[in-house]
Amino acid sequence: MNALRALLHRDLTLAYRRWGELMTPILFFILVTALFPLGLSPRPELLREIAPGVVWAAALLAGLLGQESLFRSDYEDGCLEQLALAPLPLELQALARTFTHWLGAGLPLVILSPLLGLLLQYPAAAMPELAFGLLVGTLTLSLHGAIGAALTVSLKQNGMLLLVLVLPLAVPVLIFGAQSAAQAARGEDPSGALYLLGAMLVLGLVLAPFAIAGALRISLES
Amino acid sequence: MNISWTWFHRLASPPYFYRLAGRLAPWFGWLALVCIVAGLYGGLWYAPPDYQQGDGFRIIYIHVPSAYLSMMGYTVLAVSAGIGLVWRMKMAHAVAAAVAPLGASFTFLALVTGSLWGKPMWGAYWAWDARLTSELILLFQYFGFIALSRAFEDPRSGEKAAAVLALVGIVDVPIIHYSVVWWNSLHQGSTVFVGAGSDIATSMLAPLLTMIAGFTAFFAACLLKRIQLELLERESDAAWVRQLLEDA
Repeated sequence: MNALRALLHRDLTLAYRRWGELMTPILFFILVTALFPLGLSPRPELLREIAPGVVWAAALLAGLLGQESLFRSDYEDGCLEQLALAPLPLELQALARTFTHWLGAGLPLVILSPLLGLLLQYPAAAMPELAFGLLVGTLTLSLHGAIGAALTVSLKQNGMLLLVLVLPLAVPVLIFGAQSAAQAARGEDPSGALYLLGAMLVLGLVLAPFAIAGALRISLES
Repeated sequence: MNISWTWFHRLASPPYFYRLAGRLAPWFGWLALVCIVAGLYGGLWYAPPDYQQGDGFRIIYIHVPSAYLSMMGYTVLAVSAGIGLVWRMKMAHAVAAAVAPLGASFTFLALVTGSLWGKPMWGAYWAWDARLTSELILLFQYFGFIALSRAFEDPRSGEKAAAVLALVGIVDVPIIHYSVVWWNSLHQGSTVFVGAGSDIATSMLAPLLTMIAGFTAFFAACLLKRIQLELLERESDAAWVRQLLEDA
């Protein structure tokens, strides 16, 4: 437990000291969202129509951007090998690492989403559903991204490859996430789609740590 | 229970598998030829036109076998990738590498035939419906597998990393299969096997089953040949390959 706490503390401190890296996904999230009213048309009814999909797609891309560096520096300075040898199971470490990364890259997007919803004329009454869906969805996406990051950590040019590997996995999350947000905006009950998002998160929490740890071990061997 | 696993262990030996594949491939090839010729005759001439779709329905004789093999191919990929990871069997990784492009081709064929049929029937080449979307994702998963396995300098790490990806991606296969049941989709529901019987008239069903058998045999023949090539490439330094070349 002590080791786990030390690991969490270290990751959070590292994230906190790299303010610039923390800000990038947030700025990206806002800028991508702002492209749509500028590129399509600022008609309120159109914006209201596309708001759920735009916010979700932007959050998905912003979350994936930072994933590439998830294990990168630890891999390069050899830290990762020591962590893999530590008595603390690598699966648990992977889960902890993914969670701290999400605190820096996913949670800000969730907190910002009502603001972006406002910019896109998303109805204020449905904001809690939008933010809650994103909360569950970005956690799942972080787990998917961590699998991709672990698989590609030993490769030099891994940014695009990571996207190619992870985006297909992210599609179900995007579909149900955007669906829940759209249903909430129309005043319908979004619980069906939200339950499915929750189910995907549970599935990811149970299985993804094993995939991440397995992928890290393979990357260390090479 | 005392099951003999010798046959399984023998399959893991590249020279044994190479010879076995060489012997089996022609059988599957001829079976495929016979079944596909018979199925095409049955499908294009013997089966009556559909009362609603006219002759347009005949594309199912290509579409259904391809779609089934696209999922079958991914299952083979994931199972062999899993065997390769768990038992560290070189053979299994060779099977996975051989089946991926084949499965991707059948996925592509299923998507193309489906959209050609969709234009006259639905009025659109493409619809963002659950089954179509999940089939498209399957195609990208094949591409991801191929891209990842080739991205590593050391092919051994590449095949292992890609195997993890294949196992993660297997969740898509049941989603494709049940998409027409779970969602109210534009793609029609399952009609070939409904409970004990079938919703298709026998005169249309018999050629379809023949085509499915023919496509499966074709898939098997191609797969065995591809595995042989894959083995020659991977084991090019091994004594048995040199022996093989001397004999030839």
